[in-house]
Amino acid sequence: MNAVSYLHLLKLAGPETLVVLAALVALLADLTVMRGQPGRFRRRIAALISGVGCGAAGLYLAQVSVHGTTFGGMFTVDPLTQFVKLMLVALTLLTVVLSLEADYTDHVGEHFALLLLATSGMMFMASAADLLMVFLALELSSLSLYSLAALNKASERSAEGALKYFLFGALAAAFTLFGFSFLYGLTGATHLAEVAAGLRGRGFDPLLAVAVVLTLVGFGFKVAAVPFHLWAPDAYQGAPTPAAALIASGSKLAGFFLLGRFVVLTLPETTGQAAWKNFTAGWVPAVAVLALASMIVGNLAALAQRNLKRLLAYSAIAHAGYLLLAVLALAGAASRSDAFAALVYYAGTYALGSLGAFAAAGFLERTRGDAAIAGLAGTGRAAPVIAAGLLVFMFSLAGLPPLAGFPAKFYVFAAALNAGPAPAAPFWLVATGLALSPVALYYYLLVLKQTYVVAAPSDAPSGCSTWSETLVVTVAAGGVLGLGLFPQLLLGPLVRAIQSAGL
Amino acid sequence: MTKLPLLSLLTLIPLLGGVVVVSVGERRAAIARRLALAVAGITLLLAATLAARFEPGSGELQFVEKVRWIPALAVDYHLGVDGLGLLLILLTTLLVPFAMLAPGGPPHRAPLYRALMLFLEAGLLGTFTALNFFHWFLFWELSLIPAFFLIRLWGGTAGASAATQFFIYTLAGSVTMLLAFLAIFLAVGKFDFLELAELGRADRLTAHFNVNFGWYALPAETLTRLAFAGVFLGLAVKVPVMPFHTWLPATYAEAPTGVTMLLTGAMSKMGVYGFLRILVPIFPEQIRALQAPLLGLVVFTILFSAATAFAQRDLKRMLAYSSINHLGYCLLGLLAAASFAAPEARPTTEQAAALNGVLLQMLNHGLTAATLFACVGWLEQRSGGRRDLYDFGGLRRATPVFAGLMGIALFSSLGLPGLNGFVGEFLIFKGTFALAPWAAAAAVPGLLLTAVFLLTLMQRVFHGPLEPRWTALPDLTWRERLALAPAVALMFALGLWPQLVLTFTNATVVSLAEAWRTF
Amino acid sequence: MLPWTIYLSFAGALAVLLVPQRRAGAARHVALVFALAGAACGFSGIFAYRPGQDLLVLTRVPWVPALGLEYLLAVDGLNLPLVWLTGLAAVAGVLFSWNVTDRPREFFALYLTLIGGVYGVFLSFDLFLLFFFYEVAIIPKYFLIAIWGSTRREYGAMKLALYSFLGSALVFLGILAVYAAVAQMTGTPNLDLAALARLDYPAGFQRWVFPLLFVGFAVLAGLWPLHTWAPTGHVAAPTAASMLLAGVVMKLGSYGALRAAVALFPAGLAAWQTPVAALAVTGIVYGALVALVQKDFKFVVGYSSVSHMGFVLLGLVAINELGLSGAVLQMFSHGVIAGLLFGVVGRMVYDRAHTRELDELAGLRLGRRLPFAAATFVLAGMASMGLPGFSGFVAELSVLLGAWEAWPTAAVITGAGIVVGAAYVLRAVQQAFFAVPVEAANPDPDGPLLEPISLPERVGALLLLAATLVVGLFPGVLLDYILPSAGALLETLRRVGIS
Repeated sequence: MNAVSYLHLLKLAGPETLVVLAALVALLADLTVMRGQPGRFRRRIAALISGVGCGAAGLYLAQVSVHGTTFGGMFTVDPLTQFVKLMLVALTLLTVVLSLEADYTDHVGEHFALLLLATSGMMFMASAADLLMVFLALELSSLSLYSLAALNKASERSAEGALKYFLFGALAAAFTLFGFSFLYGLTGATHLAEVAAGLRGRGFDPLLAVAVVLTLVGFGFKVAAVPFHLWAPDAYQGAPTPAAALIASGSKLAGFFLLGRFVVLTLPETTGQAAWKNFTAGWVPAVAVLALASMIVGNLAALAQRNLKRLLAYSAIAHAGYLLLAVLALAGAASRSDAFAALVYYAGTYALGSLGAFAAAGFLERTRGDAAIAGLAGTGRAAPVIAAGLLVFMFSLAGLPPLAGFPAKFYVFAAALNAGPAPAAPFWLVATGLALSPVALYYYLLVLKQTYVVAAPSDAPSGCSTWSETLVVTVAAGGVLGLGLFPQLLLGPLVRAIQSAGL
Repeated sequence: MTKLPLLSLLTLIPLLGGVVVVSVGERRAAIARRLALAVAGITLLLAATLAARFEPGSGELQFVEKVRWIPALAVDYHLGVDGLGLLLILLTTLLVPFAMLAPGGPPHRAPLYRALMLFLEAGLLGTFTALNFFHWFLFWELSLIPAFFLIRLWGGTAGASAATQFFIYTLAGSVTMLLAFLAIFLAVGKFDFLELAELGRADRLTAHFNVNFGWYALPAETLTRLAFAGVFLGLAVKVPVMPFHTWLPATYAEAPTGVTMLLTGAMSKMGVYGFLRILVPIFPEQIRALQAPLLGLVVFTILFSAATAFAQRDLKRMLAYSSINHLGYCLLGLLAAASFAAPEARPTTEQAAALNGVLLQMLNHGLTAATLFACVGWLEQRSGGRRDLYDFGGLRRATPVFAGLMGIALFSSLGLPGLNGFVGEFLIFKGTFALAPWAAAAAVPGLLLTAVFLLTLMQRVFHGPLEPRWTALPDLTWRERLALAPAVALMFALGLWPQLVLTFTNATVVSLAEAWRTF
Repeated sequence: MLPWTIYLSFAGALAVLLVPQRRAGAARHVALVFALAGAACGFSGIFAYRPGQDLLVLTRVPWVPALGLEYLLAVDGLNLPLVWLTGLAAVAGVLFSWNVTDRPREFFALYLTLIGGVYGVFLSFDLFLLFFFYEVAIIPKYFLIAIWGSTRREYGAMKLALYSFLGSALVFLGILAVYAAVAQMTGTPNLDLAALARLDYPAGFQRWVFPLLFVGFAVLAGLWPLHTWAPTGHVAAPTAASMLLAGVVMKLGSYGALRAAVALFPAGLAAWQTPVAALAVTGIVYGALVALVQKDFKFVVGYSSVSHMGFVLLGLVAINELGLSGAVLQMFSHGVIAGLLFGVVGRMVYDRAHTRELDELAGLRLGRRLPFAAATFVLAGMASMGLPGFSGFVAELSVLLGAWEAWPTAAVITGAGIVVGAAYVLRAVQQAFFAVPVEAANPDPDGPLLEPISLPERVGALLLLAATLVVGLFPGVLLDYILPSAGALLETLRRVGIS
C-alpha cells in the first residue's frame, strides 16, 4: 500500500477539507458560544462561518490548479472536477444566504452543518473515481439532505416529504449498492477504470445488464428521473426553502456530473444503441427510456399543478429528461467533450435558475402561507424584484432567449444530434423534447400570468421581501441573464477545463 | 409643342382640387362647393386649350409624355391623345360642371359630393390619356371608388345594394382583364399599348404565346383567345354588353341624377374607348375570327335593351336601357369595321364612315343621355320623387319650356335628322351595311323600338290630359335654363354642322384603322 | 448606424422603465423619441447600402466560440425595406398608443423590447442569432396582449405564445439539424447564413429539413391551416400590439422562411414548392371568405391579414425574381396597410365607440361624426383591396406574375380571392361607417359625444398612408433595392443546386 502523503492529500482535497471544517466550526460555535443568543444572531454567525468556509474553498478552487489522484486512486482531481466544485460552492453560498431566514428551526448550527456536509458530499461525488467512493459520496450528500429537509419539525408536510425522500433514497441506495456488488463480482475491481477494463470484450450478458440497471436506479433517484421521481414533488413541496433550493440545484448538478463521469469511465464498452432499427442492448437504451419518460411525465404532470414548488419539482423531472439526453451524447466518442460541456453547462445554469426560483417560492410561502400559484396575484406590483426574478427563471426554464436556458438547450440538443457517426441520442428523442417545449411554456406562462396579469385580491396580505431573498434572486437572475447573453463566460473556461482534463 | 405637361395637369388638377375641396369643406361648405365648380371650369378651359392646340389633320398621338416608371415591370408613364382621346376629354370636362349643377345633389349640400365628382373626373381623364396598361388600369380601378361612394352615400332607397353590385361586378371584370394582361406580359414582356398594337398589327402576338404556361400544354391559339376573352370581359362589363349589364339599371336608377349623368355620359365611354384603344389593336385576328358571335352579341344587346326599355315604367330605368341600346350601336360600328378584311392596305370609306360614326355617337350620346337624365331629375325633384311613366301627363301645358327642351333631347336621342343623334347613327349604319349587312339589318328594329318607346315617353309625360296636381308644377328656373342651354345648343350645332367634330376625328379614324391589320 | 436600431430600442425600453412613477405620462414621449431615433437609424441605411450591392456586413463578433456562433449583423436589399417598415410601424404604433393610461411605462417598455427584437431578426445573419431575437420577441408579445388587451385577452395571448413557440420548436429542430449537418460537412460548426447558402446539402436531407424550417417559420406568418392564432391574437391585442403583430411580427415568420429555408435548400424548395403554394392560395381565398362573414370589425382585419400573407408565401416559393421581389414588397406593403387598418379599427373606432360589432357600429353614423377616420379607413381599404396607386397592387401583381409560370390555375384562383377581398372591405366600410345614409332623412340625436381624432392619431395615420402611396406610385423606391438582392439570392440557389 502506498504511503499517503498528507500534504498531497490536503492539496488535492483542500476544498472539501475547508468546507467540512467550516461545518464543524459552525456546529461547535453554535452549540457552545452561541447558546442563548437570539436566533437571528446565531444564524448570522453561523452563516458567516459557512460563508467564509465556502468562500475559502471557492478561492482555493479558482486559484490553485491541481491534478492527481489520492486515496489509492479513489479520489481524482482535474480541472474539470475543480470547475464543477466551484459551481457547487457558489450555489451553496447562495443557499447559505437564503438560510439566514431559516427561522423555522432552532437548530441553527445543525442546519448549517448539514448544509455544508451535503455540499462536501457533492464535492466528493464530483471527484469520485471508485465504486466505493461513489457510494460514499452519494450517501453523504443524500443523508445530509434528508435531515435538512426534515428540520422544520412544525410542519407536517415537511416531515412527510422528508420521510418519503429518505425512504426512497434508502431503497435506491440499496439497489445501487447491489448493482455495484455485481460490478465488483464481474470484474474483481472497484476502481472505475479497472472496472471498465474488466468489462471489455465481455459482451452484454444478463448479469451485466442487471448490474447496469440496478446502478442506474440509484443515479436515477438522485437526479429524479422517471420512474424514480416519486419522492420529488412531495420533497420539493414540503422541504423548507434552503433545503429545497439545495436539493434542486447542487444535488442535481453533482448528480448529473457524477452520472456522466460514471458512464464515461466505467461503462464505455457497454453503450449499446437506442436507434429504432439499430437497437443494441447497453446503458444507452436504458437511459434513453428514462429520458423520454422523464420529459413526458414531467411536462405533462406539471400542467396540473397549482403549487409553485410542486410545479418546480415536475419541471425538475422534465429537465432531468433533457439532461439525460446530454448523458446519452456521451456515448459517442467523437463528441464526448462537447457532450460533457453541454451537460455541465445545462446543469449549472439550470441549478442557478432553480435556486433563484426556490428563493422566490420561499418569498411566496412566507408572505402567503403556502406556495400556491394563485397567491402570486399582484406580485408584479407588490414585489417587483421578486417578480422580475421569477420572470427570468420561468423563461430560462422554458428555454427562451435571452436567458441561459436557451443556449443550454441548444448545446445539449446539438451535442446529442452530433454524437456521430450514428447519433446516440436518436432524432426522435430530440424531437419529442422540442415538441414538449410549448407544453412547458404553457405552465410557466401560467405562473407569470398570475404574477403580472392577474390583479391582487383586495384582502391579500402584503409582504416585503427580505434582503436575503432579494439578494439571492437578484444574483441568480443576473447570472441567468448574463449567461444567456454571453454564454461564453461559462462555456469558455468549461471547455478549457475539459480539454486539460483530457476527456 | 409646348413643354408643359398638359395631359398630366389635366388629370392632376381635378385630383388636387378635390382634395382641397374636401379639406376646406369641413368648415366652409359654400365656398368649397363653389371652388369645386371653379375647378371643373378650369379643367374645361384646359381641355379647350388642348383642343385649340390640337392638330386635326394628323392622326398621330399628340402631347405625348413618356417617362420611365417601373423598369422591372416594363411600365412607363406614357400619356398621349389623338382625336379619339380628345373627344372624350372634351365630353368629360363638359359633363362634369353640368352634373354638378344637376338636381339630386345631397340634401345638405355637402361639398364632398362635388369633391367626389372631381375625383371621378380625374379618374376618367387619366383613363382617356393613358398609353400603358399599368397607368390605365390604375385610373380605371380608381374611378370606381368615387363612383361607389357617390351612389352609396346619396343614392335612393336601394342605393347600398346598387353601389355594391356596381363595384363588385365591375371589379370582377377588371380582375379578368388584369389576369389577361398578366398573361400577355408573361408571354410578351410588355405593357405598353402602342408596342402591343405593333405586335397585333404584325400578327406576332400568337407567336409569343407559344410558351408553356403549364396549363396542360394549350396551343398558342387557345391561349391568345383566352387572353382576348379576359380583356373583352372586362370591357364588356363596363360598356355594358348584354348579358353583363345587370348592374346597370339599378345603379342608374338609384344614383343621384348628377352621378347618373356622369355614369352614362362618360364612364360608359371608358368601355368603348377600351375597345378602340386596346382590344381591337391588340387582337385583330381574334376579332376577325369571332366576328359572327361578337356581332351577334351586340345585335342581341341592341334589340333586347330596346325591348326592355319599352317595358319599363320607371323613367330612369327606361333611359338606362336606352343607354345600353345606344352604346350597342357604337359597338356595332366598331366591330363591323374592325372585323372586316379590307382588300387593300388602306381602310375603305365604309370603315372610315363607321368609325367616324362611332366616335360621333359616343360624343352625342354622352351629351344627349346626360341631358335626358338631368331633365328627368328635375322632373323628379319637382314632383316630389316621382318618376313613373304613368304619373304624369300633359305637362307641356304646365311647363312649356321644360317640355320643349326635353323634347329636343328626346328627339335627338331618337335620331331625328338635324339633331346630333342622327349623324352618328347614320354613319354607323351606312358603314355597317356595307361591312356586315346582316348585322345592320338585324339592328334596324332596334331603331324602330327606340323610336316607339321614346315617343311613348313623350306622349305620356307631356301630352294628353293635364292632371290637376301638376297644374302648379313650376317650370325651369333661369338658372336651370342656363345650365341646359349649352347642351341643347350643342345638340343643334352638332346636328347641323357635324364637321365641327369630324375634322378632329377623321384623321384619327383613318390612322386607327390603318394601324389595325386590315389587309 | 443600422445596428443602433436594435440597441436604441432596448435602451429605450430601459429608459422608459426609469421614468419616475409620478411622471409616468412622460413614458410615451420617451418611447416616441427612441422609436424615432431607431427609425432614423434604419433609414440611414440608404447611405450605407447602395441598391444592387452585395451583402453588407455591419457587425461581426465571435459570440460563443465554443459553439461556432457569431454575433453577425448584415444588410442587403431584402431586409433593408423591412427595417424601414419596422421604423414606420414603431413610430406609428407609439402615436396610436398615445392614450394608454394604465401602466404606460411597462407598456412602452414591452413595446420597445418587441421592436428591438424585430430589428434584431431582420438584421441578423447568423441563424442562431436570428432565432435568438425571434424568440426574444415572444415574451413582450404575451404580456402586451395579456395585460392591455381586450376580447378574451388571456386566451388570445396564451394561444399566440404557444403557437409561436410550437413553430419555434420546429425551427429549433431544423436549426439543430443544419448545425449538425454543417459540422459534419465542413468540420467546423457555423451558422453564418451567407456561408450556409453556399453549401450543397444532400438532397434527402434537404427534403425533410426544408419543411421543418419553412413551416416552423411560416406558422408565425399565418400559413393555412396553422393560422388560427392570428385572428384571435390580433383581436385580443391592444391597438399598438395588433399593429405590430399583424404588421411586423408576421413578417418575421415570412422573413425567417425566406432566409433560413428558401435561401438555403434549393432541392427542398423544388420538392415542396407546389404543396406550399397550394396552402398559400388556400389561405388567400379562405382568409378572404371568412373575413366576409365576420361580425367583429377587428376580426375582419385579422382574417384579411391571413389572406394577404398568403401572397407573401406564394411569392416566396415561386423561385423567380418577380415572385420573390413581390413577396418582399408585399411584406412591406401589408405591414403598412395592416398598421393603418388596426389603427383605425382599434384606436379611432373602438376607443371611442367601445364596440367592434359591425351591427352596433352601423347605428352610430361614424361616417359623419368621424370623417377623418372614415376617410383613412376608405383609403386603407382601397390599399388592402390591392387597388392600383397603393403599394399592395404592385406587390400582388409581381407575386401573380411570379406564380403564374409555375401554377397558372393558382393565379386565377388568386384573382378570385382579390375580388372577394374587395367584397369584405366594402362590407366592413359600409357597415362601420356608412350604414345609415350620411344625410339621414330622420336624423337620430347624435348620441354621446365622440372626441375628435387627436393629432397623434392623424400624424400616425398620415405617415402610414404616405408610405403606402409613395410605394404604390413609385415602387422603384423599394424595388430598386429588392430586385437585385432577390436576383443574387436566386443566383446562389441555382449555382448550388437545382432551381
